[in-house]
Amino acid sequence: MESMIRAEHISKTFQDKNGQVNAVKDISFSIEKGDIYGIIGLSGAGKSTLVRCLNLLERPETGNIYIEGKNLMELSPGELRKERRDIGMIFQHFNLLMQRNVADNVCFPLEIAGVRKKDARKRALALLERVGLGEKAKAYPAQLSGGQKQRVAIARVLASQPKILLCDEATSALDPQTTRSILSLLKEINREYGITIVVITHEMAVVREICSHVAVLDHGCLVEEGAIDEVFEAPKTEAAKQLIFNAFQINSK
Amino acid sequence: MLDETIREMLVEGTVATLYMTLVSTLFGYILGLPMGIVLAVTDKTGIRPNPVVYKILDFVVNLTRSIPFLILLILVMPVTKLIAGQSYGSTATIVPLTIAAAPFIGRMVESSLKEVDKGVIEAALSMGADTFTIIWKVLLAESRTSLLVGATIAVGTILGYSAMAGVVGGGGLGDIAIRYGYYRYETDIMLITIAILVCLVQFLQGIGMILAKKVDRRRA
Repeated sequence: MESMIRAEHISKTFQDKNGQVNAVKDISFSIEKGDIYGIIGLSGAGKSTLVRCLNLLERPETGNIYIEGKNLMELSPGELRKERRDIGMIFQHFNLLMQRNVADNVCFPLEIAGVRKKDARKRALALLERVGLGEKAKAYPAQLSGGQKQRVAIARVLASQPKILLCDEATSALDPQTTRSILSLLKEINREYGITIVVITHEMAVVREICSHVAVLDHGCLVEEGAIDEVFEAPKTEAAKQLIFNAFQINSK
Repeated sequence: MLDETIREMLVEGTVATLYMTLVSTLFGYILGLPMGIVLAVTDKTGIRPNPVVYKILDFVVNLTRSIPFLILLILVMPVTKLIAGQSYGSTATIVPLTIAAAPFIGRMVESSLKEVDKGVIEAALSMGADTFTIIWKVLLAESRTSLLVGATIAVGTILGYSAMAGVVGGGGLGDIAIRYGYYRYETDIMLITIAILVCLVQFLQGIGMILAKKVDRRRA
């Protein structure tokens, strides 16, 4: 069976004032349908660049990205836009439209997809109900807490019924308790809708909480990958050991 | 204190000033808004970077902006005559006012659109939004408060320019101030026109700020 996501030898460099920086170096991995796949690394390890390569918000210089066997690198701009509707993304800073109320935010991807206004509205309200924000439909993002904003973002992403959900440090701006509630919502979504989830984080606790698989990123390289238990119980690389050890230390404080 | 004819003249001057200002602002936006959008979109941090388009437009805007309005007014007289049929009077003044206002407005629109959070644009891109949708539903919609504040500043500036056009018989309150205050030493009439101009600017500024605040949903 085709993997949900397959990345093959992707590399991306950035120019800064000191010259070239390799953000992502020759990374390959695959993610199966229904997995919750964690990508963990210290800041600057290239996680955010890597996840942006998966929907081509960043275009890698080399390599290919296959979504259910379809190579994104070969798509025309129009085809890519259409494909992106199947790949939802949520962000550290939520990225809601501040001048639209909550329901209209959830309707936004449906407007892009050309769904009729009435149907969009109905779906948006149902999704807000699902994420526990049914009463906030007419509120504006500025009136919500961080956790509520992320719930709106999750409802918005679900509106286009994606196959994949990319989470870029989605809980990093939230307190521990809110983080847990968002993570359990993500887990439910994974189960209910069968959406494959990719979680980018620097927090080991997040990976341990929800991921079935994990990849460890260090200085732009993928140094270790596997089922969550394997990596946690017997980390092979220094980078993985350090991340696990650090997490343990912080937790025991 | 003032006789009938002077009062009538002041009312007509006020109407002419408002007419020049508002019509020029409208035309200024018809030209300047697309300019600002293109500048914001084609800049290297924009959604469709295009160095050639950006640099050309950037240069044209800077060029026009660096010509003092009074000089521009005289410089474009042949164009004014061609478009308006004459080079003096309120309607004719709309031509140089628009030419001066458009690049200025373009810059303000550009800076307003660049204030929009990059993350929100990225979110829209991740949903598969095309360039037009992002311009219309993200850039313009999200920056509407800033755009209205910009428009308020633009109206004030154009009103000031329109008064300057009085030097070459541009009509309106500036024309009256120069004819009576400068050429005839009738200081009282000049002071009255200045008072009216101040009131107009205050009034327009007030309306602009109320509107800008009214459409802003970013505060809890």
